[in-house]
Amino acid sequence: MVIDESKMTSLAEATSREDVAGRSLWADARRRFFNNKAAIFGLGLLAFVVAFALFGNLIAAWNNSDIDYKVMGDATASAPSFANGHYFGADDLGRDLFARTVQGTQISLLVGVIGTLIAVSVGTVYGAISGYFGGRVDGFMMRLVDILLAIPYMFVLILLLVMYGRSIGMLFVGVGLISWLEMARIVRGQTLTLKNRDYVEAARAIGVPAPTIIRRHILPNLVGVVVVFATLLVPLMILTESFISFLGLGVQEPQTSLGALISEGAGTMSYGTLWQLAFPLFFFVTTLFGFYFVGDGLRDALDPKER
Amino acid sequence: MIVYILKRLAIAIPTLLVLIIASFLLMHTAPGGPFTSERAVPPEVLANLNAKYGLDQPLWKQIATYLWNVVAHFDFGPSFSYKDRSVNDIIAQGFPVTLTYGFLSFIAAVLVGVTLGVTAAIKRNSWLDYLAVGISIGAQVLPNFVMAPILVLIFTLSLHWLPGGGWSFDDPRFWIMPVIALSTSYMASIARITRSSMLETLSSNHIRTARAKGLPKRKIIMRHALKPALLPVISYLGPAFVSMITGSVIVDVYFTTGGIGKSFVDSALNRDYAVMMGITILLGTLTILFNLVVDIVYGWIDPKIRY
Repeated sequence: MVIDESKMTSLAEATSREDVAGRSLWADARRRFFNNKAAIFGLGLLAFVVAFALFGNLIAAWNNSDIDYKVMGDATASAPSFANGHYFGADDLGRDLFARTVQGTQISLLVGVIGTLIAVSVGTVYGAISGYFGGRVDGFMMRLVDILLAIPYMFVLILLLVMYGRSIGMLFVGVGLISWLEMARIVRGQTLTLKNRDYVEAARAIGVPAPTIIRRHILPNLVGVVVVFATLLVPLMILTESFISFLGLGVQEPQTSLGALISEGAGTMSYGTLWQLAFPLFFFVTTLFGFYFVGDGLRDALDPKER
Repeated sequence: MIVYILKRLAIAIPTLLVLIIASFLLMHTAPGGPFTSERAVPPEVLANLNAKYGLDQPLWKQIATYLWNVVAHFDFGPSFSYKDRSVNDIIAQGFPVTLTYGFLSFIAAVLVGVTLGVTAAIKRNSWLDYLAVGISIGAQVLPNFVMAPILVLIFTLSLHWLPGGGWSFDDPRFWIMPVIALSTSYMASIARITRSSMLETLSSNHIRTARAKGLPKRKIIMRHALKPALLPVISYLGPAFVSMITGSVIVDVYFTTGGIGKSFVDSALNRDYAVMMGITILLGTLTILFNLVVDIVYGWIDPKIRY
């Protein structure tokens, strides 16, 4: 029997070659995300804002609570200047606006992230349970969500804040607790399709208890949807907090947030101190843009059909 | 159809009851009573006061009385911080103002938004399309409390065209800025939704058929494309209505229009629970009714809805 030498070597080569790694869903998504210019731009904006919030205090010449009596109450002296260390100028009480904006950005980001975490955890668990059990449980749980969705939540949130003290913790919890409803709906819809997959059926057939199925098989498959929705939820949280702070019902002095700073700036702009509005507004708009662009990019990356 | 409406009503009425009872319970559990003040009131006087306002009754009886007064007589009871004014007086004074500019804003948002979206979809990839998309992205980060100061800066402080605040039913110059501030971001959302659903509709089979049989373009759009393309817009109107109502608080506070939003914030700062509850329930009712109308319109337009 004649063995074809060249064929044998090519076979040997082929078998010794390492397996071609299949592109996973995540690798695919990552590639799509990094090819999306708007998403990269958004990521850049976010990196800038986060760096400003984290390290801004290192370059600030003033503390956020110190009052500079030399510029206090003087509209021209409190203008932005590098000479006296007020890079963004001073507010109407003579405090350094740069340090105040750093502080406000920190609080706004914190509200956004913590509020989203609360909303995502409550909403995911609620939606997964409702979708997995289906039937009457599902009907009841979703009817409840429908009812709660029809309530103008901002008023209820303000009602809560006024009655139980306007603390920052209450604000975090309140903002988070009112926004899990949409999350629950989306997760439920996703769970309904997931629970009929073969692997879930297999798990059920070998007697895995429902909480374990939800934890091991349903929740991990929800990550994509949850991540996208959470990214788009953060700017909404920041908006809600700023809305309440703009009315003077949210974050209280000496704490501040971007909404509170915008409100102060809007109140004093008729004296010509425009920087008091412009700088907080710039960081507010930049943050929102960043989150929206990244969120849209993630959605396109994780769900290519939706384009 | 009647069954469908009844089904919707069967959700709306419990929602309303939940809203009223929940806000009553919130008020009841709040720390401090309406007669808590710095000066200690003799216990006999306090007992008399409680008896006069029915606060010595058991909780369920208080709820029942409040519910009965609200539902049967539209009576929200006396204000806690104004001796001579009832909650009804306060609402009657501010509500017409809020209703006027709110209605105008809603109409403006829908008309301009739909027109912009449809035009952008028809003239896809033209400068008009880019303009519409640009506006709708920009307006996402310009919520009402950012728009309001910017508008005042431009039209009042720089151009001296419009009054920076106040209200008059006879002078439309007072209406312009509140309406623009309130409607811009919803107009942008409506434009975005209309554009994408119009694009989807225009590429569907029934439009291709209409084009193939030689109908004029205008007729295709008005007769065949607009109706299905508007369905997502209609389902957005409910949430938009809720956030517009919420946004009216900002308008009332910032432009000092004297609407109920201002009363709400004032009562929040004064802990005047009766006024807060009255306004929350009133606006909640409006929201629920509006959602009911939206649902009915949706069911009427969309033949796929089974009722």
